[in-house]
Amino acid sequence: MSEPILTVENLTVSYGRVQAVRGVSFTVPRGGLVSLVGANGAGKSSVINAVSGVIRPSGGRITFDGVDVTRSAAHSLVRRGLVQVPEGRQILASMTIEENLQLGAWHTSGSRTQEVYDRFPVLAERRRLPAGSLSGGEQQMLAIGRALVAEPALMLLDEPSMGLAPKVVDEVFQVIEDIRRGGTSVLLVEQNARRALRAASHGYVLASGEVVQSGPADELLADDRIVAAYLGLERD
Amino acid sequence: MQQLLNGLFLGSIYALFAIGFTLVFGILDRLNLAHPAVFAAAAFVGIELVTVGGLSIWVALPLVAVFGAVLGLVIERVVFRPLKDRPDAHFAGLIGSIGLGGMFIALLLWRYGPDTRRFPVDAFPSTAFEIGGARVTLLQVAILVISVVLMAGLTWLVARSRLGRAMRAVAENPRAATVLGLDVNRVTATTFALSSALGAVAGALFAMNVNSAQLGMGSAIELKGLAVIIVGGMGSLPGALVGGLILGLAEVFAVQYVGSSWRDLVAFGLLFLLLIVRPQGLFGSRRVREV
Repeated sequence: MSEPILTVENLTVSYGRVQAVRGVSFTVPRGGLVSLVGANGAGKSSVINAVSGVIRPSGGRITFDGVDVTRSAAHSLVRRGLVQVPEGRQILASMTIEENLQLGAWHTSGSRTQEVYDRFPVLAERRRLPAGSLSGGEQQMLAIGRALVAEPALMLLDEPSMGLAPKVVDEVFQVIEDIRRGGTSVLLVEQNARRALRAASHGYVLASGEVVQSGPADELLADDRIVAAYLGLERD
Repeated sequence: MQQLLNGLFLGSIYALFAIGFTLVFGILDRLNLAHPAVFAAAAFVGIELVTVGGLSIWVALPLVAVFGAVLGLVIERVVFRPLKDRPDAHFAGLIGSIGLGGMFIALLLWRYGPDTRRFPVDAFPSTAFEIGGARVTLLQVAILVISVVLMAGLTWLVARSRLGRAMRAVAENPRAATVLGLDVNRVTATTFALSSALGAVAGALFAMNVNSAQLGMGSAIELKGLAVIIVGGMGSLPGALVGGLILGLAEVFAVQYVGSSWRDLVAFGLLFLLLIVRPQGLFGSRRVREV
């Protein structure tokens, strides 16, 4: 197998004296979908933000596409093809849908914009309206579309199902699966652990800032002790 | 008619100054109180370029804009960027920029001395003409045209250009802008450069309008600029334009009909009245941060 697209070794993230992430290591294989699951406060968002350059890790090493990017800023990582779909979607509500997509394509020619409009017709229909007029599910589609026009080699999704109706969650997971099938590697961070592990080939369970379990996703799901200890409270 | 035109000329300079102020506020939610020092410094540098450098004022103006842009970059890099992650960043930026502005003025004092400086008399075109019985010089028309063109250009830039889109994104949600791959520091620095370039041109035009530059000219306009952006609606570009024109007209008419010693009382009193009627400002909305 070729080298992983993302390798995280011994990652540590601190906020002042508080260590939110302690010695976390994992890999995302090229073209694979890996899920990072755990309860609220387990350190999942800190990991994803450190990997995407939004916050500086206090220790460890991050290798993306064969290059050490531990100290790289977010904008240079996006240019390299490491693109985040942030928690809470973070769409620019007062700007139009079209402008949101144009900003997503900041480092590219925007040649995939039409593809996004085809994939999400509601965005095409309302392209001149403020993004804030979209429903929660549509905003999530815009956030994913905005990442797609950046032409990612690796897409990081932070809690993409949060706050969405079950039917919309199904749609979001379908889109994520399609993206992976299209050749983009995916790192998925979710509280909805069962859903995330079912979509993934590999999973890592985070608790108190550390990886407590890892392995093929179906094995993690099949292990009753893990489910009871870390995933038991999660609703499907 | 004469007073109306004079008010427009003065008001357009106020508006240009205030737009620079409000641009940074709209993007960063911060007040850059070194802006008045840029206004003053640009006037002195403009006069030096014309008197010592022998340049025409039309050549000096773009150079003054570049000089202002460089000062803007310095202000951002020295004051605002190092302080931006502090919990008290608003207050720290305010005080830091007052400090840097004071240093700029001290450098002016060292280089130019405390005296009033003027453009050479032959620096201005002597052409004048009549509009509706009022006498207008070519210089005054040029001041108005330059101000309006710069403000229209800025408005277009913010609304339509790629850079403007980035500026609005940073203004609305810096975190989203970061995640999208925008270099927020660079966008911020560019905003400061633009803002200060406009403030610098306003300073040079002001010095041309009254043909004098004094070290205190920045502090004289500082309060007016702040009043204009509050009345216009904090962070609103059209608000700064309209607010500036209202202030300019109010001042000129106050001098004409009430007496020059009443100028500030009448002008600021009018702005107070506007705020009582419309507390959010003329173009302000409940959303405070906008470009």
